[in-house]
Amino acid sequence: MSDYLIQQIVNGLSLGSLYALVAIGFSLIYGVIRLVNFAHGDLLMIGAFMTFGLVASDLVPWAAIPLLVLAGGFLAGGLIERVAFRSISGAPMITGFIVTLSASVAIQNLALIFLGSQPRNFNFPEVFRMRLSIGGADVALIDLVIPVVTLLCALALTTFIRKTRAGIAIRAVAENPFAAQLMGISIGRLVFLVFAVGGALAALAGLFWSGKYGQINPLMGFLPGLKAFVATIIGGVGSLPGAIIGGYILGFSEIAFVGFLPPEYSGYRDAFVFGLLILILLVRPQGLFGEAEQERA
Amino acid sequence: MKMPALSPLQAFFLLVAVMAGLVFAVTASGNGYFETFAALTLINVMLAVSLTMTNGFTGMFSLGHPAFMTLGAYVTILFTYPVGRKGFAMPALPEIIAQIHLPLPVAALVGGLFAALMGWLIGRLVVHLQTHYLAVATLGLIIVVQTFALNLDGLTRGGRGITGIPREATLSLIGVCTVLVIVLCWRIKHASLGRAMLAVRENEMAARCFGIEAFRVKLLAFILGAGIAGFCGALLPHVVSVMSPKTFGLILAFNLIAIIVVGGQGSIMGAILAAVFISVGSESLRRVEESTGVYGVTQVIVAVALISFLLVRPKGLFGLKEPFIRTS
Repeated sequence: MSDYLIQQIVNGLSLGSLYALVAIGFSLIYGVIRLVNFAHGDLLMIGAFMTFGLVASDLVPWAAIPLLVLAGGFLAGGLIERVAFRSISGAPMITGFIVTLSASVAIQNLALIFLGSQPRNFNFPEVFRMRLSIGGADVALIDLVIPVVTLLCALALTTFIRKTRAGIAIRAVAENPFAAQLMGISIGRLVFLVFAVGGALAALAGLFWSGKYGQINPLMGFLPGLKAFVATIIGGVGSLPGAIIGGYILGFSEIAFVGFLPPEYSGYRDAFVFGLLILILLVRPQGLFGEAEQERA
Repeated sequence: MKMPALSPLQAFFLLVAVMAGLVFAVTASGNGYFETFAALTLINVMLAVSLTMTNGFTGMFSLGHPAFMTLGAYVTILFTYPVGRKGFAMPALPEIIAQIHLPLPVAALVGGLFAALMGWLIGRLVVHLQTHYLAVATLGLIIVVQTFALNLDGLTRGGRGITGIPREATLSLIGVCTVLVIVLCWRIKHASLGRAMLAVRENEMAARCFGIEAFRVKLLAFILGAGIAGFCGALLPHVVSVMSPKTFGLILAFNLIAIIVVGGQGSIMGAILAAVFISVGSESLRRVEESTGVYGVTQVIVAVALISFLLVRPKGLFGLKEPFIRTS
């Protein structure tokens, strides 16, 4: 294999993992309340700025930073649910939708007010910026760490969903919210849980994102969030394995688009992602692993 | 207080009188700031009224207005930019178009028609999508259009933006257009097409059972909205004289949604009042922002106000209704 190809594969793996981490949250939340959370991408930004603050303050050992970011994302995601959603539960879908959009705009602009609009450079500690040589290809260590951590998270989450009481309840609600409630499952607590867990994973993606690209700003979460939702649709909204596989499909195709086409097309990579979305919606609107919803009178 | 209800014809004359009075008063004041602000407010009114048709009447949730505005704006500028400077600013422009100069109303119609055509092409693919899919697809459309505008710099000057666009969009022209757009949407709402749209919104399957071609009705609403958005997008750069790929983006999409939610999805009167209210409100807040140097506060306030408003009045000010006017 040529080293260029190896490099592109590693890039695809790492970008795909980031999309997958964010997409999991979309899918979890959608599974429980049938709602697309537009503010989800902004949790990535929050995670990135938490990392930035923790690294800059130099208060905690760097090994503790990912754990703190996970915890912070958990709280931030839960807070969004408490502040914005708790009050409108039971409202029509379109209302929930507008509320998530408003929450996203509010978070972005609060970040602009308090953090400033200038992009900030920031670097991970030396250990993470190491570069390795695989089969002649020069690869950043972080691009290998990202897929491994993502895989561990996915495994942990799958175990959680399959084995724990809360996980079983989440699956029951996803299957049939009404029947689940009759069985004594409190949906309110689960909604908090999925927002918080989704938030933790998105914040972790923010940590990686900032380490990978080395630059952060208050609006950085929007586009990755939207793309991660495209990944969710590719995999089938509401399906956990779908979200992860969709993330990798999107990551690889985006890297392939940029890496294997003539460079003058690389400016169109965002257009390509949304072109792909429209294509998927045409060919298989329920995604790879989703179930087609029946239209009933 | 019980307001006497007007007949639609009386309301029309009142609208024309108010508009003429406003245009005359603002123009006579000779205050450039007021003139620009009034023009932008009226453009917001047109956008809101067209979006309340596309989304409110049919129950769709499109965020694509800014995309169509960008399309309309760039196409129109190709025809209105001073011929002498076109060769330098837009080197990729074919010679035939580079020679043409059209007056703004004609060029804006071309831009609007182009946006409507794109609305037809894209609408055929997306209008059958359910709420959140349509929203994400149209958000994606904004990004696709912005990406093309950034990269086709032979026509758009890319990220540098186009400056020195002739300020041909006079307040009287915009006033006339606003009246026309309002009348058009009003007529649609109270004609069979509008009733079909409302039927689709209430229950698509039931509407289909009555022989309404839901897909066609939604597509038509999408195309009309795209056309009017393209037309508005064409006018706006000719008020402020600059245009860049990011001029119309997510924030605008969100503000338009805020306006039609506050007005009541489907209420033309609500859209007009909310557009004026939110334009005046955010402009005054923007001045506070400028004097204090804290940017972003306006958007936070709009977002928080919208959430609170939804809690109190989930159907907006008027719901579907048109207050003060007899409609039956």
